[in-house]
Amino acid sequence: MKYSLEHFDKAFENRIRLQIMSVLVANRSYDFNGIKDLLHVTDGNLASHIKALEKEEYLSISKSFIGRKPNTQYAVTKKGKDAFKKHLQALENLIKQQK
Amino acid sequence: MKEKDVHAELSSIREMMERSSKFISLSGLSGVLAGIYALAGAGLAYTLMKNPGGSHDMESYPHQHDLFWPLFMIAMAVLVLSMLTGLLLSIRKAKSRNENIWNPVSRRLLGAVSIPMFTGAFFIGILLLKGEYSTISSASLVFYGLALVAGSQFTFIDVKWLGIAEIILGLLAMLIPGHGLIIWAIGFGFLHILYGIIMHFKYER
Repeated sequence: MKYSLEHFDKAFENRIRLQIMSVLVANRSYDFNGIKDLLHVTDGNLASHIKALEKEEYLSISKSFIGRKPNTQYAVTKKGKDAFKKHLQALENLIKQQK
Repeated sequence: MKEKDVHAELSSIREMMERSSKFISLSGLSGVLAGIYALAGAGLAYTLMKNPGGSHDMESYPHQHDLFWPLFMIAMAVLVLSMLTGLLLSIRKAKSRNENIWNPVSRRLLGAVSIPMFTGAFFIGILLLKGEYSTISSASLVFYGLALVAGSQFTFIDVKWLGIAEIILGLLAMLIPGHGLIIWAIGFGFLHILYGIIMHFKYER
């Protein structure tokens, strides 16, 4: 059997990217270490996936300092939220098709 | 993509959304223990207030100034013990789930809780300064309830109902004066134990 994959977002093919997006849509913003702890991934791994999502303009970055420590907050953009919704819809359709 | 994969994908999305926005390392046991401390404290306060001068009059709160500090120390002991127990058991639970207790959700939870909590602390401090002892139990219940409702958006939804129950009890204590201690014991003792048991059976089994 073959399913339509047209609505599947290439950016979400990777599980980690999808999980990053899940965290961001459920929260106003999240910091790097917070996401890292949730996903149990390495710094480098997370950074590369965040970069990919940033390239798609699915998330926005705001850098600041808390005391002397740099703090990077990530938030989902409108575009990212729409893409995430579309992806969920595609998953849902897939389940419906299979029934 | 197979159906199994789709379901795995959806459940991983759901899990991430929940775990990133809800603090679930609260332990039911800490609720039960906090309730026991509160009941013990209320029992001790009751015997202290009952004995001096043989007065059984519960409405004449500590007019006697020698009772102020003992009662204050009891209240503080209950508060500190409850908070320490809650903290230690949460750390233990977070560790067993292989999670860091100091994360964005726990920070947001503390932030939401702290405004009503500190307002309540100052409010009660002012009541103490003015000698308005009869409204303290009501104020502590109302502000604690407000703090729980404010924090509930970052943890189990059950916390909200506990908070609303505490607020109702606090208002009730204001409405029928003279029963502050018993209503306080119900709110901080009985309700915490009930809440802890419900949480244990609902989420920890």
